[in-house]
Amino acid sequence: MNLANLKKGESAIISKIEETPIIHKLMDMGCLPGEKVTLKYRAPLGDPICIQIAGYELILRTEEARSIQIQK
Amino acid sequence: MQEVTIEHNVSTIAIVGNPNSGKSTLFNRLTGLRQKTGNYPGITVDKKTGIIKLHNGKKVRVIDLPGTYSVYPRSKDEKIVLDILADDNSEFFPDLVIVTVDASNLKRNLLLLTQVKDMGLNAICALNMVDIAEKKGIKIDVVELEKELGVPVYPLNSEIGKGINPLLEGISKYQPVNNSAYSFIPAISEETIGSILSRFKKRNGYFAALYLNQTETIGGLSEEDRQFLRDIKVSSNSHRGLQNAEVLDRYRYIDRVIEKVETRHGESRRIRFSAKLDLVFTHRIFGYATFLGILFIIFQAIFSWAEAPMDWIDRGFAFFSGWIKLTFPEGHFVDMIAEGIIPGLGGIAIFIPQIALLFAFIGVLEESGYMARVVFLMDKLMKPFGLSGKSVVPLISGVACAIPAVMATRNIENWKERIITIMVTPLMTCSARLPIYIILISLVVPNTTLFGVLNLQGLALLGFYLLGFIGVLAVSIIFKMLIHSTSKSFLVMEMPIFKMPRWRNIFMMMINKSKTFVYEAGKIIMAVSLILWVLASFGPKNDMMQADEVVSAQLPGKTIDDKEYRSALSAYKLEHSYAAILGKTIEPVIKPLGFDWKIGIALITSFAAREVFVSTIATIYSVGEDAGNSLTIKEKMAAEVNPDTGEKIYTPAVAFSLLVFYAFSMQCMSTLAVVYRETKSIKWPLIQLGYMSVLAYVASFLTYTIVSAF
Repeated sequence: MNLANLKKGESAIISKIEETPIIHKLMDMGCLPGEKVTLKYRAPLGDPICIQIAGYELILRTEEARSIQIQK
Repeated sequence: MQEVTIEHNVSTIAIVGNPNSGKSTLFNRLTGLRQKTGNYPGITVDKKTGIIKLHNGKKVRVIDLPGTYSVYPRSKDEKIVLDILADDNSEFFPDLVIVTVDASNLKRNLLLLTQVKDMGLNAICALNMVDIAEKKGIKIDVVELEKELGVPVYPLNSEIGKGINPLLEGISKYQPVNNSAYSFIPAISEETIGSILSRFKKRNGYFAALYLNQTETIGGLSEEDRQFLRDIKVSSNSHRGLQNAEVLDRYRYIDRVIEKVETRHGESRRIRFSAKLDLVFTHRIFGYATFLGILFIIFQAIFSWAEAPMDWIDRGFAFFSGWIKLTFPEGHFVDMIAEGIIPGLGGIAIFIPQIALLFAFIGVLEESGYMARVVFLMDKLMKPFGLSGKSVVPLISGVACAIPAVMATRNIENWKERIITIMVTPLMTCSARLPIYIILISLVVPNTTLFGVLNLQGLALLGFYLLGFIGVLAVSIIFKMLIHSTSKSFLVMEMPIFKMPRWRNIFMMMINKSKTFVYEAGKIIMAVSLILWVLASFGPKNDMMQADEVVSAQLPGKTIDDKEYRSALSAYKLEHSYAAILGKTIEPVIKPLGFDWKIGIALITSFAAREVFVSTIATIYSVGEDAGNSLTIKEKMAAEVNPDTGEKIYTPAVAFSLLVFYAFSMQCMSTLAVVYRETKSIKWPLIQLGYMSVLAYVASFLTYTIVSAF
């Protein structure tokens, strides 16, 4: 399961981040294995999404969200 | 009394920090008006420097580095941070680094701080927005944090009032801490670390990791240095996963620190209020409606509020130019000043009100956190066109002026999206097109009102704004197909909570951006205005010598003291100038568009800047030097007939053809110059000039042919 599968308001724990060109960016921004993540809301057209992580809100596209594996 | 220079005397301070961590607020607070914006040598990243006056009277240079989340760069702006901090030969290398840390988001902000500290730099922490953290229910034990991090910590609230004095005191009394406790030790063999450190004469083990991770991008290295690092990577294979391991390690360390220093309670009303605002601002209907409403207010303001000051500037320069001509004896030098240099300067200064206003609005939208919502709302809409949500800001700015708009593309990380945004931004209807649109529309579109509210001329004007925007989308799609890029587009950005903008920051931004515009664009506009003045004022000797004779034969009894005579004389001179020769040369080319050689002159002179069109037309039809108002120009244009056919020159077909031509053509030297600076390549401005000229020509030809048929 990945972050893009989360529904609005749901939370999960990040299990793994796939090796993509933006893995460093995601990790710098606090997306780390073991971290709790909550889907705050989606943009009106379904993409991008806004998540709550490490005590703040972060925007990313569903494409990026798919590289973040989660466990509920 | 001679002051004793102490070894650890601080002379250069750098401020680094996450975006939205109050970095600019602190910089503005520390330096006040003693700041300036320039460029780092060779690259176009804004360099903000200023002077701090310490309590002991000492003055210290301070550099505001671009906001970044980590020393590992991902955009042009972020790269400069590593370049300066890692290169102790750099003239900007700081003796002391102030790291701004958002107290309401300690975890993510401390990453950068630990990196800066591990680089062996003297660091102090400006713990910012303590008040907002408290509203979020977060309390931080400053004494404990200081102990854990091993750097001095100075708490500040979001307004940075009270805390500033202890911080200044701390800077003047700063003593380097000999702190060998690293928060991260790279997992590289001792041997590899040793060979890297001895080659680069660094004492600090973290540099080995930095050099291995950033072999190709880090500044201050020669090609041999880079090859040396590449060889090490191949032989040791130790760099793989190094950067990920580092970030994980650091966050583990940060988690331990936070556990000791932070206590959390419930959120306050204000934070919940920001969340409620987001329900509106990101709503599927209200979100877009609010965005459109805000755009509408900005356009209104740019056009109506800027009108009066622009008028004063216009009149001021015209008055000054007239005064010079009256006061000093006649001659080419006085003419050059009065007709070349002063109008050239005026042509630059007239845009200052709009640029300042536009940046004030953009500043408010950015500072308040609204811009992130715009990116969020627009990203999916822009993606099919090869653009990103971040392209929206430059495109909006393009309505005032393409120059700051092109500069605003810097925070688009993806190269392809950035290039496309730069390429299409000049198609947005900038303010320089407005005078041309207004005069031509009023010439051929009746001033009638439909259904009691819709003014036909206003509708036509709106139509041309739309035409520009449709051009943006269409051309973007073409570039999207033509440009191949291996770098993948992504969007990962912080959604900051809503904050009240700090007016001091907005004010400083207005001043700094206007200054950048005047100095950067000003140089080119000046140079080209001078060239055009020469072209328009001089011509083959014989024709020019006869000017007086011909004009006095046409107007018997009038002398140089009559206004009518002077207008006729300047019209005659322009008609026989080199510019006119050029205009006649290009006439066969522009004839299919419905233009004659007089319009050709205006096309040539307005190549430097579109708004020159109106003043050239005024001169050609000898409206006269002090009749600057558009009514007279309009009347002259309406009365102008073709000497061969006896028909009117400005038929609807010609006027619409001209309108469409100006909508698409790249008649702006300054924009081309800025595109050159931003892309660091002559290729992109040439492509831009080429495609826009072709587009303008074809569209104009079609318009002329179709409208003529009716």
